[in-house]
Amino acid sequence: MLRFTLTRLLSLCLSLAVASVVIFAAIEVLPGDPASIMLGVNAQPDTLAALRAELGLDQPMAARYLDWIGGLLQGDFGISYTYRTPVVEMIGDRLAVSLPLALFSLALTVVIAFPVGIWAAARRGSVADVAIMGLTQLGVAIPNFWFAMLMVLVFAINLQWFSAGGFAGWDAGLFPALKSLTLPAIALALPQASILARVMRSALLDTLSEDFIRTARAKGLSRREALWRHALRNALIPVLTIIGMQFSFLLAGGIIIENVFYLPGLGRLIFQAISARDLIVVESVVMLLVFAVIVVNFLVELAYAAVDPRLRAR
Amino acid sequence: MSLLDVRNLSLAIHGTPILHDVSLTLEAGRILGVIGESGSGKSMTAFSTMQLLPQGAEPTGQILLDGQDILTRTERDMCSVRGREIGMVFQEPMTALNPLKRIGDQVAETITQHERVPRRAAMERAADALRRAELPPEKFPMSRFPHELSGGQRQRVVIAMAIALRPRLLIADEPTTALDVTTQAQILALLKKLVREEGMGLMMISHDLAVVADMADEIAIMQKGRVVETGPAETLFCEMRHPYSKALLAASTHAPERGSEVAETPLLEVRKVRRSYALPAKTPFGARREIEAVKGVSFTLKRGESLGLVGESGCGKSTLTRAILGLEEVQSGEIALAGAPVFTGHKPNPEVRRKMQVVFQDPYGSFNPRHRVARLVAEPFHLLPDTPRAERDSAVAEALEAVGLSAADGAKYIHEFSGGQRQRIAIARALITRPELILLDEAVSALDVQVRAQILDLLADLSDRFGLSYLFISHDLSVVRSITDRVLVMKSGEIVEEGPTEQVFDSPQHPYTQALVAAAPVLPDDVAA
Repeated sequence: MLRFTLTRLLSLCLSLAVASVVIFAAIEVLPGDPASIMLGVNAQPDTLAALRAELGLDQPMAARYLDWIGGLLQGDFGISYTYRTPVVEMIGDRLAVSLPLALFSLALTVVIAFPVGIWAAARRGSVADVAIMGLTQLGVAIPNFWFAMLMVLVFAINLQWFSAGGFAGWDAGLFPALKSLTLPAIALALPQASILARVMRSALLDTLSEDFIRTARAKGLSRREALWRHALRNALIPVLTIIGMQFSFLLAGGIIIENVFYLPGLGRLIFQAISARDLIVVESVVMLLVFAVIVVNFLVELAYAAVDPRLRAR
Repeated sequence: MSLLDVRNLSLAIHGTPILHDVSLTLEAGRILGVIGESGSGKSMTAFSTMQLLPQGAEPTGQILLDGQDILTRTERDMCSVRGREIGMVFQEPMTALNPLKRIGDQVAETITQHERVPRRAAMERAADALRRAELPPEKFPMSRFPHELSGGQRQRVVIAMAIALRPRLLIADEPTTALDVTTQAQILALLKKLVREEGMGLMMISHDLAVVADMADEIAIMQKGRVVETGPAETLFCEMRHPYSKALLAASTHAPERGSEVAETPLLEVRKVRRSYALPAKTPFGARREIEAVKGVSFTLKRGESLGLVGESGCGKSTLTRAILGLEEVQSGEIALAGAPVFTGHKPNPEVRRKMQVVFQDPYGSFNPRHRVARLVAEPFHLLPDTPRAERDSAVAEALEAVGLSAADGAKYIHEFSGGQRQRIAIARALITRPELILLDEAVSALDVQVRAQILDLLADLSDRFGLSYLFISHDLSVVRSITDRVLVMKSGEIVEEGPTEQVFDSPQHPYTQALVAAAPVLPDDVAA
């Protein structure tokens, strides 16, 4: 297990290093001069020169890369060109919304998908199974922003249980903050839960047809006992893979939902930064998201090994 | 009253009849052998007794266990019967255990499922069951996972699970089919011992007459869902009357007639071949380990000869096969076909590859199911210079006809054929480049005895007609004995004995060969004669 963790950790560091080079190259080097892109075609020559000096564009590329990476490692992400505030503070503010939202909707996803998927698998071919499969199909197909607006209409405007948008902030207390995240989390979770429930069901059905389930039944276990004690854990590997991908998606992919609910999240930040051509912010947010994806994958691999002893030996 | 009394059992699954009027009896402390080919209904009889039938199954008749009809019991009732009164051992030890649970826990589960006992007591009894299955926890800790055990050891775990509560009836469904001969002999001896010492009744299901003849007290032969012949094992083979039983017996002792024209010129020469693999290091910064799969093997196969290569799993015969085919480069040594090396530099030599083809064990897995048979058979043409389409088509038709199929079969898909026909198609694919040598890698191991006899006849016939040489790689001694002129015995990467087939089998010299020959189950002498 130690060896497994160490090799995975090494590959994590390598992936991060490669990703940082690619991001740096894509934004700073490839499409001409970043300063003129940021300022647009009508820029004054002296503002352009000032920005170039601020960005350090007069220095060689390798030095700029090391400077950027060194800054990232010390928590210095640079200063946003449009807002004139440290990027690290902007990201921090946004993460305080996006991370809890992602975790909240992921928790909802799992809480909905596991029972539904297991229930459907245990009753394969029954009316309940067919109905659930139809509903999850619908859940995948319905655009989540439309569903979000529907929820706003019902729960915020008619029933007035929730506010229609905005974020109360963590200073207002845990409950109001979570409450303002509830509708967006549900809107984000629904299609993800539909996907995960389908994966859970088919993974379980695959496992239920394995020989060792028959062995368990020959020992006297009922169908249900065999499912809970032997099939479930064996079905977790594909499910974990999907959960990892879903978390990465939820962290930044909620941009439309953030717009529907006026939430100051990461998705909106990167959207604004791209519109304003604020490359410093774009670069940092992209690096952060890549970091998140790679770390999540690492955690998923550790989870694989925790589930399956055969993987630990490798 | 018999321990098990199956009376007029019929079974239909979704309306398709599977079993017709099956009647069997088994006494405590006795062994009933149930023999039949795939699809004969022998496994379904076993699963009916366990009431572990697929959905849509409708059994009728009676299955009396100690006079109590199993078919009238509820599912909840059956859960308390399974594991406690009836234990079952399955064919595939590799997949019969949950890969994520420790073996001790899996054995203990049989006990905790039926009795309210503390975990420690259950573990102690599990240890006892493992000892009875001759897998003592002192040597094989109960904390092991299934993947840390060999096939034979896993089968012992499955047996320990089945006998933990000392059930009165044990059902073993092809328990040794997936195992090597020496392991098979050990497992069969263990089952016999358990029956004699603990007074269990054993229903032993097999397609192999010799395995059952060796140990059963009573034998039932099944065909197409019916029991066609039953009787005591000592007399059944001599007195059998049903034409199917006779055909089955004839097929299992069948030796094809072969022309014996072996030239003195060597065709395949293997000289001092070595192949080792690197294993990952045990500690993060430790040295890499190496495992030598083939340790300097040399032999020669003459033109027109049929040579056997016998050995158990892990002996290096698959590695050697891959090396001969040029699929993997060897570290040292030479392999040459008709004087030309299989590898030139670091690349396989296509000139040599086309003169050599291979037929694998699995007639299901070795074809792409989405291609028509004609295309599958024509696949090796990429080894030849461009051939016109008409020539290809006629070659495919010719090859299909040579193996006893028709040219029209080329338009069909592989799932439309039976296992034996698929193996014929595999042979047609091997014939298409007009090779000089065909490697048969366990090519008949997955087939029923009657189909196997037909394929062996076909191979003998093709060898005569096309002047083919065969390298016959198998763990099955009886097959190798019936079709080869000479045999090599391989163990731990080395050839330990080599000689004319009859001589090696009749008076084996090396202790390992002696053990192999002794372990192979045989039919009673008067029958085989």
